[in-house]
Amino acid sequence: MNRRAAVLLAILALLLAALPAFAGNYLLSVATLILYLAFVGQAWNVMMGFAGQLSLGHSLYVGVAAYVAGGLFFHFGIGPWAGLWLAMLACVLLGAAIGFLAFRFGISGVYFALLTIAFAEFTRIGFDHLRWTGGPGGMFLKVAQRDQIDLAHFRGPPEMYYYAMLAFAAGALALCAWLLRSRAGYYWQAIRENEEAAQALGINTFRWKMVAVMISAAMTSVAGVFFAFYYNNIFPEQIFHISRSIEIILGPIIGGVGTLFGPIVGAALLTLLGDGITELLAYYDWEIPGVKQVFYGVVLLAVIVFRPNGIWPALARRLGLCK
Amino acid sequence: MPLDLIVNVVVAGVLTGLVYGLMALGLSVIFGVVRVVNFAHGEMMTVAMYATVLLFAAFRLDPFLAVVPVAAAFFVLGYALQAGLINPFITRPEHSQFILLVAVAMIMVNVLLVVFGPDARSVQVDYQLESWALGPILFDKARVYAASLALATSAALFAFFRFTLTGKAIRACADNWLGAKVVGLDVKRYYALTFGLGSACVAVAGCMMVLLVDVTPQLGPAYTLLAFVIVIVGGLGSLTGALLGGVLIGLSEALAGLFIAPSAKSMFSFGLLILVLLLRPQGLLGKKS
Repeated sequence: MNRRAAVLLAILALLLAALPAFAGNYLLSVATLILYLAFVGQAWNVMMGFAGQLSLGHSLYVGVAAYVAGGLFFHFGIGPWAGLWLAMLACVLLGAAIGFLAFRFGISGVYFALLTIAFAEFTRIGFDHLRWTGGPGGMFLKVAQRDQIDLAHFRGPPEMYYYAMLAFAAGALALCAWLLRSRAGYYWQAIRENEEAAQALGINTFRWKMVAVMISAAMTSVAGVFFAFYYNNIFPEQIFHISRSIEIILGPIIGGVGTLFGPIVGAALLTLLGDGITELLAYYDWEIPGVKQVFYGVVLLAVIVFRPNGIWPALARRLGLCK
Repeated sequence: MPLDLIVNVVVAGVLTGLVYGLMALGLSVIFGVVRVVNFAHGEMMTVAMYATVLLFAAFRLDPFLAVVPVAAAFFVLGYALQAGLINPFITRPEHSQFILLVAVAMIMVNVLLVVFGPDARSVQVDYQLESWALGPILFDKARVYAASLALATSAALFAFFRFTLTGKAIRACADNWLGAKVVGLDVKRYYALTFGLGSACVAVAGCMMVLLVDVTPQLGPAYTLLAFVIVIVGGLGSLTGALLGGVLIGLSEALAGLFIAPSAKSMFSFGLLILVLLLRPQGLLGKKS
């Protein structure tokens, strides 16, 4: 990172920290959503961008974590901080199980991606039939919109959720920056570029791919718990759906797979674009269901055709942030 | 549970499964040759279904006659899609191809949603309510016709790949991309041709499916997943495998709907998919690579 990048990053951090002072509730909710997507995008990026394992089923970890923490709170009144660890444990175990099965049996590429979809869909239908979590009718957490902050139960005004997500996103960025420069990061990149060559160099590819899946699942579980306590309602149809998984990976792919800032730039761009289109259509009284997604699809198509490596690498060069 | 009920459900499941099989055949052909997973497959199926509904509403055109224009249009559409959009992506990483086709799928589904709205559409023809009785077993006429055309289309496709020179050339491109290029085949044109053929398969399956279910835009993603499950179970790239997978999935859906709950039917399909991926990743009839 050069000096210019450091200055820009500091300005961005200051702006984000000061945002609640001048932004209304709507803007704050958009910003929270951007940070949320940046965070899960970062988590997915560990697996795909760093280690080269394409997961199309990351909604699985979001959903399971949301249900574990939400269920504990709903049934036993256990707060999210204790729930988070159990949710994380559940997701890491799940990720480990999927990774173990896939990598032991030599499943990779498209087949691995389809396996992750299959597990997510399997779980979605399973939760549809699980009485304990309310089945397809969903689970609703008690909403207590207080003005004072109740950190123990993660209840409070929108600003609290915003700052929490900001902290998580910043933490994820720092973690990924560290991971990328760690021994694991270099192993992962070697595996991503050429797995056979990596193995020939003595890297235990099975172990390091497992580590990537488990770290990615653990990070995603944090987002799932946040989701449960931020939105207060969880439906299997909604949280596990494949469109959720696609939403998670759009940001990093549009921003730039394998880069540190790609997931953030992609999430910001897509969310602002989506909300901008919604506003624009509302302004022109053109609110037909589907119009927004058509625009979204066209933009996505344009980006992937004209900027296949994502926006961030080109943007970073343009801003003079890298040589 | 009475035995004749079970037999009837099995018959209906197998016949529907053959139409599923034809849909999956399109996906399998495309992947087997172009090596791109068509994530817009179910959405294309839904577009074909709407085209059939539209032709029926406008000209009272029977779905079996609508097959001809719809399949021809889809061949052109598929050819154009591959030649214009996907060919530049065949050397790019899988996640790029994935996003490209997801974008195409997103546009297709939502254009349908904008134009037709979220309500279910269907066609009504006389033979939908008729059936042949073989003792206690009923064969729905519509299902039998649909399954027959699906089989005939598959047979025509097999014959095309086996006996024509173009079919041979496409198989050459699938077997060895570089070798095909070396002997002077225009690989990208054959890729486009293959995508067109795969699309025509989906179109025929879509025309038939309209006779069996009502169509909504939201069917698209569900059919995409269904087609994946079928081709993986049967073996990606294997043509008979796709048909066999279609029948198996049609059967398992019907039986799960009967014995457990209709809403749980795809859980069994996905369960089967996970098992096959782990135990026999090349699929039931797939060749080991």
